[in-house]
Amino acid sequence: MPIQLQPVRHRYEGIAPAGPVRASAYVCEAVSCLSTASHEILTGLGAEVAASAMTDVAVKRVGCLGLCAAGPLVKIPETGQLFGNVNPADLQPIVAALQAVTPGQAGITEPVFFGRQLRIATENSGRIDPESLDDYVAADGYAALRRVITSMTPGAVRDEVTKSGLRGRGGAGYPAGLKWNTVAKASGAPKYVICNADEGDPGAFMDRSILESDPHRVLEGMAIAAHAIGARFGYVYCRGEYPLVVARIRKAIRDAERAGYLGTSVMDTEFSFEVDVRLGAGAYVCGEETALIASIEGGRGTPKSRPPYPAVAGLWGRPTLINNVETFANVAPILRNGGDWFASIGTATSRGTKVFALAGRVVNTGIVEVPMGTTLREIVFDIGGGIVDGRAFKAVQTGGPAGGCIPAQFLDMPVDYESLLEIGSFMGSGGMIVMDETSCMVDVTRFFMDFMREESCGKCVPCRVGTTQLWMMLDAIAGGRAVHGDIDRMERLAEMVRKTSLCGLGQGAPNPIFSTLRYFRDEYLAHIEDHVCPAGVCAMEGAPVSA
Amino acid sequence: MPVTTPKPAAPDGDERWQVVERRMRQLGNRPEAVIESLHVVQETFGEIDADALRYVSDSLAVPPSTVFGVATFYHYFKLRPQGEHTCVVCTGTACYIDGALDILAAIKERLDVAPKGTTADGKLSLHVGRCFGSCSLAPAVIVDGDVEGHVETAELVRRLEAL
Repeated sequence: MPIQLQPVRHRYEGIAPAGPVRASAYVCEAVSCLSTASHEILTGLGAEVAASAMTDVAVKRVGCLGLCAAGPLVKIPETGQLFGNVNPADLQPIVAALQAVTPGQAGITEPVFFGRQLRIATENSGRIDPESLDDYVAADGYAALRRVITSMTPGAVRDEVTKSGLRGRGGAGYPAGLKWNTVAKASGAPKYVICNADEGDPGAFMDRSILESDPHRVLEGMAIAAHAIGARFGYVYCRGEYPLVVARIRKAIRDAERAGYLGTSVMDTEFSFEVDVRLGAGAYVCGEETALIASIEGGRGTPKSRPPYPAVAGLWGRPTLINNVETFANVAPILRNGGDWFASIGTATSRGTKVFALAGRVVNTGIVEVPMGTTLREIVFDIGGGIVDGRAFKAVQTGGPAGGCIPAQFLDMPVDYESLLEIGSFMGSGGMIVMDETSCMVDVTRFFMDFMREESCGKCVPCRVGTTQLWMMLDAIAGGRAVHGDIDRMERLAEMVRKTSLCGLGQGAPNPIFSTLRYFRDEYLAHIEDHVCPAGVCAMEGAPVSA
Repeated sequence: MPVTTPKPAAPDGDERWQVVERRMRQLGNRPEAVIESLHVVQETFGEIDADALRYVSDSLAVPPSTVFGVATFYHYFKLRPQGEHTCVVCTGTACYIDGALDILAAIKERLDVAPKGTTADGKLSLHVGRCFGSCSLAPAVIVDGDVEGHVETAELVRRLEAL
């Protein structure tokens, strides 16, 4: 999937008054708002404020403000006012609101979109300038790292992470403390820390948002991990499709090295940690850890069978810790506030919060972070504001192309790793795509299988051949060419692909089939027996087969 | 005794090869620099031709077959000449359920170009992307590097025709 995106970096950074600040305007400069002219708004507001002689007003670039649906966004943090769909040609309402702010003024009640959220991994998103190290440090940044390397043993750090109950946020939910201990105890040197920023699930943009809004937080998490496992080199493996992320993380590494937070002798201690960025090149399978390692080593991103796990033999055959962006983003707060604090949030088996990217046919699309155990109904209807155009909810799809479609009957189920697995879906990285009655589940399943057959690396037969065959079967059903018995044949093949594929891509590829057959079998039958697509999406060929 | 091999020559006198050469040198001309080198070639020239593949292969002492294997494995690398302008249509899940295929069909009908292809006049290359992470803007496209959201198909096609 070649994508040509220019790295968007702007020099104008807003206005920071020398004296006390009475009011400020935070302008979102994450990619979604930038593409709706938010940089014009930043420069425009700067000019307006300068012209109005308000010397106690700050105009600031910040990361993601969350409510991407209403971009471009401007927030006045003193009052909590949020301006959406801002027109760069008419900034008067914002200027007037800035003028009206009085010191000590009580904030407005936050919209429910924000009120239900609990921000840990995204606590700085929309609050600090992502390109400013000073801003990050002012928000307690690198304080956890300083404490860890000056006063904690690696073992004590790992104990704290274990106690927190933090589990991998990339999707599988493997306990982070356990993984860190395995790498620490593995023999072999040097050891490596890798941050998996190859966010490939379509419909997932949490990691993009975190890295665009607060890159230093992820670097701090990686550095703490490096201390805990005894590594001194790290890589951020980032999608090539995210040029703004690449630009911001590269700048963050440079700034942190200059200020002595990364590099050799961090903060004048014996601890050293160097980080480099490696770019992905549009291969979904590279999100799988062994494929990712093959790609950093410069080759085709084909997975290897495990064991040995990367924790024992990873990059260049050395013990390697691989965690996802969001996992690392949770590390500094855990060390700052203690593992017990983190473990007190969420459910018994899934601690802390989870960041979700809410998209599809929901009113408030954007980035949300909620405690584990929040129900789907709260996420989709309270925070998400319900379905667009007043249509009926049909399903929410989680877990990316290897996930499942969750029907309305489970809306009140708490979201955590186990409950999602129980109903045939998957936490995945956190993409949540809401579908209404205009989506056909057979068509959507065919879409995911098309994705998987294209992204299959081709190394193992069940995945390479199986995904193509499954796609052809789904295409026949969607096209009205299927006959009785095709569903059984498809289920048998899907089961074989799941059981015999080498890596998570092939093993997960049949999941959409299983979950849609489980909850939307009548739609399949309508296509085959009645020759009708209930949602009116699929074009049917020829006459009904079973007439 | 160390074996010395002569430094591979750039395919031609184009000064842009110096950018590529410098990046490969920074990475120590090591075999693992294949992907980074291909990134630089594509950034610099817009596409990766056979000469460039050979140059990377010689410079990093990696067999040409391996470099070709890497270049073709990753979707991001473009081995065919590209048109003057580029349009990437997102076919991620959110864009898909919001009509990404209709956009592709309309472009095919009016400009006679399919994904991975270039129009006969060399003006426009069309690609599909799997999610730019701009799902709130669905359906989204990238035209010449700029992300555009909430695309109106007819309006987009008119603009592409006028390129």
